[in-house]
Amino acid sequence: MKTESSQNSREKEIEKLKKYKYGFSTDIENTKAPKGLNEEVIRFISNIKKEPKWLLDWRLKAYQRLKVLKEPNWQKPKYPKIDYQDLYYYSAPKSFKEKPKSLDDLDPKLLETYKKLGIPLQEQKRLNNIAVDAVFDSVSVATTFKDKLTEKGIIFCSISEAIQKHPELVRKYLGSVIPLTDHFFATLNSAVFTDGSFVYVPPGVRCPMELSTYFRINASDTGQFERTLIIADKGSYVSYLEGCTAPMRDENQLHAANVELIALDDAEIKYSTVQNWYPGDKDGKGGIYNFVTKRGLCKGINSKISWTQVETGSAITWKYPSCILKGDNSIGEFYSIAITNNHQKADTGTKMIHLGKNTKSKIISKGISAGFSDMTYRGLVDISKKADNSRNYTQCDSLLMGNKCGAHTVPYITNKNSGSNLAHEATTSKISEEQLHYCQQRGLNSEEAVGLIVNGFCKEVLQQLPMEFAVEAQKLVGISLEGSVG
Amino acid sequence: MEKQLTKDFKKSFENSNLDSKKINLKKEFLNKFIKEGLPGKNLENWKYSDLSKIIKREIGDLSFYNDISSPNKIDPSMYLVGLKHNSIVFINGRAEKIDLQFEEKDKVKISDNFEVEKISSDINSLVNLNNAFTEKNFVLTVKENYSFKKPLVIYHYTNKKLKSQNLNLRLSFELEKNASLKLIDVLDDFSEKNFINTFYTFKLNQDAILKNYKVDVKNNSNIKYSFTNIEQDKNSLSEIFILSSGSAFNKNEINCNLNGNYSSAFVNGILSLNKKKHHEIRTSINHLTESTKSYQLIKSVLENNARAVYQGKIFVSSDAQKTDGYQLSKAILLEDTTEFNAKPELEIYADDVKCSHGSASGSLNENSIFYIMSRGLNYKEAKELLINGFLLDVINKITDEEIKNLIKTMIGLKE
Repeated sequence: MKTESSQNSREKEIEKLKKYKYGFSTDIENTKAPKGLNEEVIRFISNIKKEPKWLLDWRLKAYQRLKVLKEPNWQKPKYPKIDYQDLYYYSAPKSFKEKPKSLDDLDPKLLETYKKLGIPLQEQKRLNNIAVDAVFDSVSVATTFKDKLTEKGIIFCSISEAIQKHPELVRKYLGSVIPLTDHFFATLNSAVFTDGSFVYVPPGVRCPMELSTYFRINASDTGQFERTLIIADKGSYVSYLEGCTAPMRDENQLHAANVELIALDDAEIKYSTVQNWYPGDKDGKGGIYNFVTKRGLCKGINSKISWTQVETGSAITWKYPSCILKGDNSIGEFYSIAITNNHQKADTGTKMIHLGKNTKSKIISKGISAGFSDMTYRGLVDISKKADNSRNYTQCDSLLMGNKCGAHTVPYITNKNSGSNLAHEATTSKISEEQLHYCQQRGLNSEEAVGLIVNGFCKEVLQQLPMEFAVEAQKLVGISLEGSVG
Repeated sequence: MEKQLTKDFKKSFENSNLDSKKINLKKEFLNKFIKEGLPGKNLENWKYSDLSKIIKREIGDLSFYNDISSPNKIDPSMYLVGLKHNSIVFINGRAEKIDLQFEEKDKVKISDNFEVEKISSDINSLVNLNNAFTEKNFVLTVKENYSFKKPLVIYHYTNKKLKSQNLNLRLSFELEKNASLKLIDVLDDFSEKNFINTFYTFKLNQDAILKNYKVDVKNNSNIKYSFTNIEQDKNSLSEIFILSSGSAFNKNEINCNLNGNYSSAFVNGILSLNKKKHHEIRTSINHLTESTKSYQLIKSVLENNARAVYQGKIFVSSDAQKTDGYQLSKAILLEDTTEFNAKPELEIYADDVKCSHGSASGSLNENSIFYIMSRGLNYKEAKELLINGFLLDVINKITDEEIKNLIKTMIGLKE
């Protein structure tokens, strides 16, 4: 039997956890571009980042295209119209005119922020073997473990730095997976993207550590438009993690990132996301609009791209990390957990486009909705005429808690090749009374029981995450559902 | 097309005995249709079957005036043999003969008054086209506690007189409390390149049972669309079976509202296609109240440039606790020129439900073929045997033995 004091402390802990613990904001002076979206702002961003002319032209071309594009509206979660003229497209800490040479030059306030987030940037203090690129509002503030990576020939830096130092690589691959002419938000990103990470792994190199980017939106009225480009050259391997948080604000903030992955012959990229943007309060006020375009191209033969995502935050999540399986024998994987609570909405899934022969893809999606939330899995599996002997397996399960929430499955399946096999399964159910009863009989309270069952439900996906992330994600799953039972 | 529509509309109703109010109402529907046009792939429900493009390519210019003033001769060879049945014969959209010889006269009522049914006009533009041009709306009512003794067969027969024409048909059925009806729709075409647009509505009152078998096996170059709306009250049951194989294009849409407790809906279908045929089944089963059940099974066999589409949706409203919904679609692609598209969709707002769907497509299993061949059959026979078994699975869902055997012989399946 538990003593009263331990009961109390547990309740306190739950109370603490219920709050969004990353909800603080850092009081730091910012340099911002003038409000609004126009050619001037794009020139301003390009200028402040000292970009070459070809990139400015590229941005302007995207802007021209943007003028004729319309916002898509086929998605399930509807949102109030965004006034694109009322946003800041560039915001950077003022102390930041020049990128600091080392961590010692970094604004202590920034270091403090990241410490609070649990990401100490001072490498010496780090125990785990992860190199971090921290992005604060529109700029990358620090990249750790650089020397060790350079030794192996791996380039891991902010994309602005890559544009200066490795223009040939950036120019070759930027926009090669998500073209300028893609949909509205991707094109918007192409026009105004500010920073993000760049990774290049040379042929035959196995990246010795996990690479990680930590995104933080701090300033208000700011849209974050980051751009990540990862290139795995022949026979290389890289595992990349991404985490995100934002302060609690009443208004909605827009996050429209583009992520491009390119895997050449025999290369493998593993991309994991733990997304925990501010989801809004329990009445659905505020929160981040997470409209992200993520796409991977298995360009070479025997290449592999694997997406793993844990989506717990954001007021609206709207993203479909996709794989284009162009190379023969290439493999695409997608593992996802999406949890929505209160008034959160998520419309997420993946696209697997089979173009090459003997390509394989696997989709495991777990959706959990509670409170007043709405969760949609939307996915496409397309096997083209030439993709002989291709295989796809899709499984998407949904768990519902309460009858005020919704869970939807919308798969699109196209098979044009007689030698290929496709299988899709989906189920929707609730936690059974028997399971709950069994756990409670063994001394767990109802919240713990639900946590245990949900973790079991998500296990297949959690297993795919790198060690350090898996623990965090498991905790996050528990926290996101606090208060939804009973 | 607009000119043709207005011209043919005028021609259709200048000598009609409908009152002006009804004609004005029809005119409204016509204008709505003119505004919207034929559905194309920009609409989500028509994503995989662009009707407006298909009609343009296969037919070209359509005409909408259908002369139903003079009777057509009934060819006795069109009747189904080996099954005692009641019949209604439509030739080129004209009701030629109604024969309910096996039933008690006072238990069945048929009327053909034009009434705009409660089908909401926002389904698609084709309902507006149908509303504008159908002069008669056949309503068949089965009285309380009465069960049809023999199945009712509706022959949809077209002859060579019909060409590049649009044909609209509207049929409604009401099954009163505890009534039951077995209905077979036989599509029998000798005409070429027409667009046939049919709307069915079924109203099932408490404890009513409906079994509807739609059979399209005769090869023809017509383009067909059929929409079936079913409203189900407490403890009612509907069983729909679609055998879709003959026409160049055929889209069957089923919308079923389970409004009463313990009501259940079954939709089973076979798409057996070759020679560039393009068929689609789209279902939408709406569970609107507690303790309802639905089951769907669709199987396709495709060869020679054929294309099959299945879009199935299970909707569960937040009041519909204890729903049991199941959906399975399978396809065998025999050649690389064929295509199978599926969109099995779940939209669920209640938590105490059991809903699942599955979809699989691929080739015949080579190991199975090897197994059969090692027992002395040749490749062709082995293939046929496997397809036979694959489709038999759906046929066996037919609950009426007599009709099951009839359909089996129709497509040459062996037990």
